[in-house]
Amino acid sequence: MSLDALIPSAVDGLMLGFVYGLAALGLTLIFGVMRVINLSHGPVIALGMFVVYVLFTNFGINPYLGIVASLLFGLVFGVVEYFLAVDRVIDAPELTTLLATFSVNLMIVGIATSVFTTTPRAVDVTLGSIGAGNVTILGTHAVSVLVAIVVAAGLYGFLFRTRIGKSIRAVANNRSAAELMGIDSRRMLALSFGIGTALAMVSGGLLSTLFSFSPLSGGTYEVKSFVIVVLGGLGNPTGALLGGVVLGLLEGVSTVFIPVSWVPVLEYAIFILILLVRPAGLLGSRA
Amino acid sequence: MRPIRAIVTLATTVGLLAAACGGTTATPSATPSSAAATSAPAVTKTLNIGFTNSQTGAQQVASTKQTEGIKLWVDQVTKAGGIKLKDGTVLMPKITFYDDQSTTDRVQSLYTKLINDDKVDFLLSPYSSGLVKAAAVVSEQNGKVMVTAGGADDATMEQGFQNIYQVYTPASKYLTGAIDLMLKLDPTIKKVAIVNEKDSFSTSVVLAAKPYAETKGLTVVVNQGYDTGTTDFNPFINQIVAAAPDAIIGGGHLVDGTTFAKQLYEKKVSARFIALLVAPPEPTFADIGDAAQFIVGPSQWETQTKYTEASAKTMNLPFYGIANDAFTTAYRALFNAPPSYHSAGGYAAGLVLQKALEDAGSTDAAKVRAALDKLDLITFFGHIKFSTDAKTHGKQTAHDMVYVQWLKGSDGKLATQIVWPAEAKSADAVLRK
Repeated sequence: MSLDALIPSAVDGLMLGFVYGLAALGLTLIFGVMRVINLSHGPVIALGMFVVYVLFTNFGINPYLGIVASLLFGLVFGVVEYFLAVDRVIDAPELTTLLATFSVNLMIVGIATSVFTTTPRAVDVTLGSIGAGNVTILGTHAVSVLVAIVVAAGLYGFLFRTRIGKSIRAVANNRSAAELMGIDSRRMLALSFGIGTALAMVSGGLLSTLFSFSPLSGGTYEVKSFVIVVLGGLGNPTGALLGGVVLGLLEGVSTVFIPVSWVPVLEYAIFILILLVRPAGLLGSRA
Repeated sequence: MRPIRAIVTLATTVGLLAAACGGTTATPSATPSSAAATSAPAVTKTLNIGFTNSQTGAQQVASTKQTEGIKLWVDQVTKAGGIKLKDGTVLMPKITFYDDQSTTDRVQSLYTKLINDDKVDFLLSPYSSGLVKAAAVVSEQNGKVMVTAGGADDATMEQGFQNIYQVYTPASKYLTGAIDLMLKLDPTIKKVAIVNEKDSFSTSVVLAAKPYAETKGLTVVVNQGYDTGTTDFNPFINQIVAAAPDAIIGGGHLVDGTTFAKQLYEKKVSARFIALLVAPPEPTFADIGDAAQFIVGPSQWETQTKYTEASAKTMNLPFYGIANDAFTTAYRALFNAPPSYHSAGGYAAGLVLQKALEDAGSTDAAKVRAALDKLDLITFFGHIKFSTDAKTHGKQTAHDMVYVQWLKGSDGKLATQIVWPAEAKSADAVLRK
């Protein structure tokens, strides 16, 4: 394999890694706050794609405005999903919440495939490109990185600088103590679920501007999100973002040395290795 | 509070049952779509023909075109008063088809349903080699004759099947002509990158094209396969850019081929010749705009192809069925869209079955098989003849491909032109700049 492909592959992988990281951020936030492994994460990512797609193709709304809409829709959708599927079983063993969100997964996929079918769709957006040597950076990819960084920074600002954000962290740290301090933990859990869902939808919206998709596309990114959160540490938002970047970089660089079809094998080998050697992830678990 | 708990419990149970029943695909429709013959005389018998098509999923566009071709054939046969056999029996075709969702699982179960529940007399194929392979196994197991329209895979037709007949030129011939064209345009071309879908059809194509390229003195500098459903081609494109090939060949089907061409353009890949499977001849390929320009694609048929009674006479073969221009006109009138080679393939499959029934003078499967084995004729779709060799029985042996290239006309609009073989070309091929 030619090393001439190394730099462009690394750049492409790195850029995609930020979007992966954003998707994983939603998954890890929900787990960090309420110890729920959200198996509806993948279909929610796909829903984000279709929010942008529908607004773009049916109403002519700019895809990047559509991503803002997907964030708001995701917030509301997540809160509703929390109260319908998670709230009643929040204190049950983790398997119960796992199954509850899995059933939401199946319902979303079933409805979405009925409405949109499995025919691949695409949001036709072009923002040009810049290039130097073998490296060509597409505008859509660059904007996706920018949006992912802004959203992640916004989340950190919210969690660490606002009263509500601090309340969420307090609930994540010790729900009983937070309630004794007068925090409505149920409301904070619902909000956290909404924010996690919104992050997944935004990442889906960004991915819709990069690649074609169908209602089943979320599955791929859900699995990647799990690899990332294990890599970065389940429940650790910083770790999720870092894990996303590492996974993206790994995907990019590894294609220079091994056939592309072997990349998932490498990813899952690392997934298992991390679970065996450092189960708390690279940065450990911290809400 | 209890009702909410009940709802959550119910949802979980339904979810588990759905997972147990096959995962995350949509609930299939069990309602067949039918296009029945109109009023028929008393001597008329209904000829039940079944197939599946991809109303959803990755193969939806090409499959829909194929189905439209079949519908046009049914429409024209019906208007002409049916298929008239020597004993005076008139067969009125009635098609029954279901949505296979572009999945082999659905094809297997639906072809079983068509044979056992719908009791169809003959089968046509779904679109795409992977689905055809699944349908062929079921058809063969049940001794049901199937004329395949949308499957070019060599491997399917090299299993000694006795009931499967392939209308398309086999996959092994898809890109060899493109290599000839490329070297005709510029004999100095030396390096070629091959990036193809890893399904049976595209693999068959590349298994023939790669050694052919090497025998022509070309060096294969990239040789990679991608999974069906791939949407991000950047890892492959980065390797292509690094290897700096003169030419790129490969692709797979419509969606991935279109995406691959678009991303090659976005990444400003400077290869001078690009030939991709399946996608370029499809009219919707133009949706990617300038990224389509100069892309070459093998095609089973084009509106400009010239198979006529006169050309049949020069080949000392009979001509059968509709003329090329008449097919294009009728198709446009019925569907308000131009036909693609998938449309023509669908029509041709019906036409071949019709001819075999007329020659057999019966709907008896053994007699129809014998008639198909003897078939050697020219249609608007081209020369049709099937292998009678035990191992490759039913494989297409006579039909030839043409190669199209997307070029801008004097009006600045993109359109496909036949650029190869030289004797069939409607325009000269152009290397990318």
